[in-house]
Amino acid sequence: MRDVAVVSFAQLPNVRSEDKRNEVEMLMPVISEAIEGSGIPRKEIGFTVSGSCDYLVGAPFSFVTGLDAVGAWPPIQESHVEMDGAWALYEAWVRLQHGDLDSALVYSFGKSSLGPLRDIMVLQLDPYCVAPLWPDSISVAALQARAWLESGHEESEMAEVAARSRRDAKANPMAQLSEERDPATLLEEPYLVSPLRRHDCPPLSDGAAAMILAAGDLAREVCERPAWISGLDHRIEAHGLGVRDLTTSPSTALAGRHAGGTDVEVAELHAPFTHQEPILREALELGPQVTVNPSGGALAANAMMVAGLTRIGEAARRIIDGSATRSLGHATSGPCLQQNLVCVMEAR
Amino acid sequence: MSDTDTVEPVRSIRAPARLEYRFTAGAAQSRFLRHLVEGKILAQRCPQCGKVYVSPRGACAADGVATREEVEVADRGTVTTFCVVNVKFAQQVLTIPYVSATILLDGADIGLMHLIQEVEADQVHMGMRVEAVWSPPEERGPTLESIRYFRPTGEPDAAYESYREYV
Ligand SMILES: [Zn+2]
Repeated sequence: MRDVAVVSFAQLPNVRSEDKRNEVEMLMPVISEAIEGSGIPRKEIGFTVSGSCDYLVGAPFSFVTGLDAVGAWPPIQESHVEMDGAWALYEAWVRLQHGDLDSALVYSFGKSSLGPLRDIMVLQLDPYCVAPLWPDSISVAALQARAWLESGHEESEMAEVAARSRRDAKANPMAQLSEERDPATLLEEPYLVSPLRRHDCPPLSDGAAAMILAAGDLAREVCERPAWISGLDHRIEAHGLGVRDLTTSPSTALAGRHAGGTDVEVAELHAPFTHQEPILREALELGPQVTVNPSGGALAANAMMVAGLTRIGEAARRIIDGSATRSLGHATSGPCLQQNLVCVMEAR
Repeated sequence: MSDTDTVEPVRSIRAPARLEYRFTAGAAQSRFLRHLVEGKILAQRCPQCGKVYVSPRGACAADGVATREEVEVADRGTVTTFCVVNVKFAQQVLTIPYVSATILLDGADIGLMHLIQEVEADQVHMGMRVEAVWSPPEERGPTLESIRYFRPTGEPDAAYESYREYV
């Protein structure tokens, strides 16, 4: 494998509603910040790939307008995934393995404020037997939470994840939701969709993020401490919720094994709902010595299509700034952790 | 015979879906739309390549930089390409045949799409000079419909060289 590293990452502060700026106006500053942070001239970036979802905007090919923020003239090598930007990162990493290009721009954007997100997410479900029932995204997550609790867990574990995530988010200027709460008082609040309380769910966020990857000597040249990608893998489970054991995450476990996700100091896990964090921790066999989601995670800011790439960006940032030597970023897609990506990074 | 041989196959299901969205015009397009109410066409110039974009989207798509400088462009220009619509479709408000055209407004570097009226469809041609016919001020809103259509000015055709870069 060719050595590829994250050398720069930028994100917008997550907000409930970006009602002044369109997607291009949101992307321009964040892409510029990532490019300038890398020190690689814009016109020398070899490959560009984005992650976004037309269903969020309600418009076909909305990612094409996002390209206005890139500067695609003379024509560039460009691609797109209709997924979280973490999978755009995967495509960029594969593209750099070809060996003919040395750098890539990865970006993603998502506005949850434009439509009824809980219902929009229904359209990712089985269109014949599940989607016509319109089970909204929180209800689907609640099914998983219920199954997990019945496998031998307590609601207090979920409240502790919520309290810790929102407390840690106070140190993250990009987070949308941060507060100091006692887990015990959280449990006194009413259910939103049983067994999920409001604090068990992510905020609705608008946001954007951009990342620069560089290979080999270029990475060493432009970055003092590149976050070298030592392993990157993604795995998927069956579409049908009824054929899966929702209390575990075998696809995360498999991706983690293939990516070599051991001995990490920090892990940023994409767990939009509180009960999903312990499921992911167990799948990745993360011990108590691993710092999980110091950014506050998706419970503090959950811009759709952005939150996964942001986990990897946050994990990379801790290598680049010298606060960790080995970190893990995780991203999820689909209902109830259906598809999972693990990216392991290290200092060398 | 098993059930799978005797059961009538289901060939289709109905699964109605309805989702309502808001649209964010953004800062640049909002200012463009607001100026239409005043009978003005607002564009933006790229600080790098100098190109003038209308309607502005806040960015130069070629350079990927913000276009902050605002300039007003003329409400007249040159037809660069056009299409005669002869096909009926749902929600059609105009009687066919009618003409949709890309119009290079004087001072702009990108065409604006609009209707050409007050002329027979078979008379519309590349290089034809046209001008905006605005709605009365009290009927205008933040929409391109504040310009009802464009019509020929009667000026001589623009030379092909003047718009060849924009076809
Ligand atoms: Zn330009």
